[in-house]
Amino acid sequence: MIFRCLLLLALLFSIAACSPIKPWVKPYERQKIADEIMSFERNPIADSYLHHVFDAREAARGGDGASGGGCGCN
Amino acid sequence: MRAKLRVVETAHREVVVAVINRLLLSVLVLASNVLQAAVLPDERIDVLYHGYDGGGAEINGPSILVRKNLGASVSVAANYYVDMVSSASIDVQATASPYSEERKENGISGQYLVDRSTISLGYTRSKENDYDASTYTFGIDQSFFGDLTTLGFGVSFGEDVVGQNTDPTYERNLERRKYSFNASQILTKNLLASLSFDSVSDQCLDLTQDESCLNNPYRSVRYLSGTGGYLYQSELYPHTRNSDALGLRAIYYLPYRASLRLEARQFSDSWGIESDNVELRYLHPYREQWLIEVKYRIYEQTGADFYSDLFPYRDAQNFLARDKELSPFSSTTFGLGVTYKVPAGVIPWFEKSTANLYWDRFDIDYDNFRDARVSPTDYAAGEEPLYNLQADVIRFYLSFWF
Repeated sequence: MIFRCLLLLALLFSIAACSPIKPWVKPYERQKIADEIMSFERNPIADSYLHHVFDAREAARGGDGASGGGCGCN
Repeated sequence: MRAKLRVVETAHREVVVAVINRLLLSVLVLASNVLQAAVLPDERIDVLYHGYDGGGAEINGPSILVRKNLGASVSVAANYYVDMVSSASIDVQATASPYSEERKENGISGQYLVDRSTISLGYTRSKENDYDASTYTFGIDQSFFGDLTTLGFGVSFGEDVVGQNTDPTYERNLERRKYSFNASQILTKNLLASLSFDSVSDQCLDLTQDESCLNNPYRSVRYLSGTGGYLYQSELYPHTRNSDALGLRAIYYLPYRASLRLEARQFSDSWGIESDNVELRYLHPYREQWLIEVKYRIYEQTGADFYSDLFPYRDAQNFLARDKELSPFSSTTFGLGVTYKVPAGVIPWFEKSTANLYWDRFDIDYDNFRDARVSPTDYAAGEEPLYNLQADVIRFYLSFWF
């Protein structure tokens, strides 16, 4: 299922590759994007800890944009 | 008179041009911070206290993160983290005694900026009395299309040594590998998205040992004794585990100054576990000094192929597990958080400082993990009530930018 999703995304990207891409959001239009409330990593230390709690309580791991080390946490 | 008017008009025009230039400059500076590949991360110090309380386990401790730039193209970071564990969880109460232990983790990392690429290196060491782990990471990010797109690839390699407190000769060696791919995209003026794919493999180095390095050496499974009750035997896991996870994250800037964040992830592994989770987060600034966050997360997973709450007889399968984290369950997490921005100048030496308090409430309902602590005279084997767990997680931290 995950590989099917990735294949679909690769197909979409390959279609886009047929035409030249120009930045459609200009640098001077990125004021809202640059606001602190739009950051994925606003709180690195606190997010890292919560990922650690999820990893210890759930079987799933990865896919969350975070890197992690090993521990015998279960 | 005309000459005087012309002078005033010219002066006004110069002021307007200067204001526009300054606005454009500030927008460009802000925009350059959007994607990590184009700039180094902020120089900051974070001091965190974390606390977990639920299911008979209490885990708390400090964590400190320091990030500093060396020149214009190198950033280094160091992290120190401690877990102080005091556990009388359901597993412990059923087959062992309550215990206390401490886990310490140290990490260093560096980032090197070259044009629109960032190269990252990292090392993390985690140590507890029966588990040592070392992790080495390498990653590279590159931004494209006027910084609208950032692609990243990462690899990490880990070496763990698993021990056992009651048997000093017990030693299992584990190798972990993780391959990551990330793509971040500015989709519109108000929408950011990020896609992450991680493939992880765990491999025991000695395949001849009966008890796998992936086992928890203290945990047992239940099996029917044949006389109406049940007995325990040690868990037995495979020597390898491979997993893939695909996650999508997006943040949308609402028509007023607030953001909505969506996260979705799909996971599957070679043990037969499949899981999905979705999270929605709302972040709302209040006046100049406050940020308020509300979030809700739903998670569900299927069980491992070799999981059972109660096996029909001893050695019923080649692999045996009764770890509730490998059982089918669903959970919800509700979270509230508040950030207070300390007014500039109140704390000297720092450009900006914040105080943050976050609380998360976990509610986990296990579909096939029963509470074996009840009296066998009240409940027949396999008829015990299903277990559920509530946990509170507190994060209190101070952040300082310099």
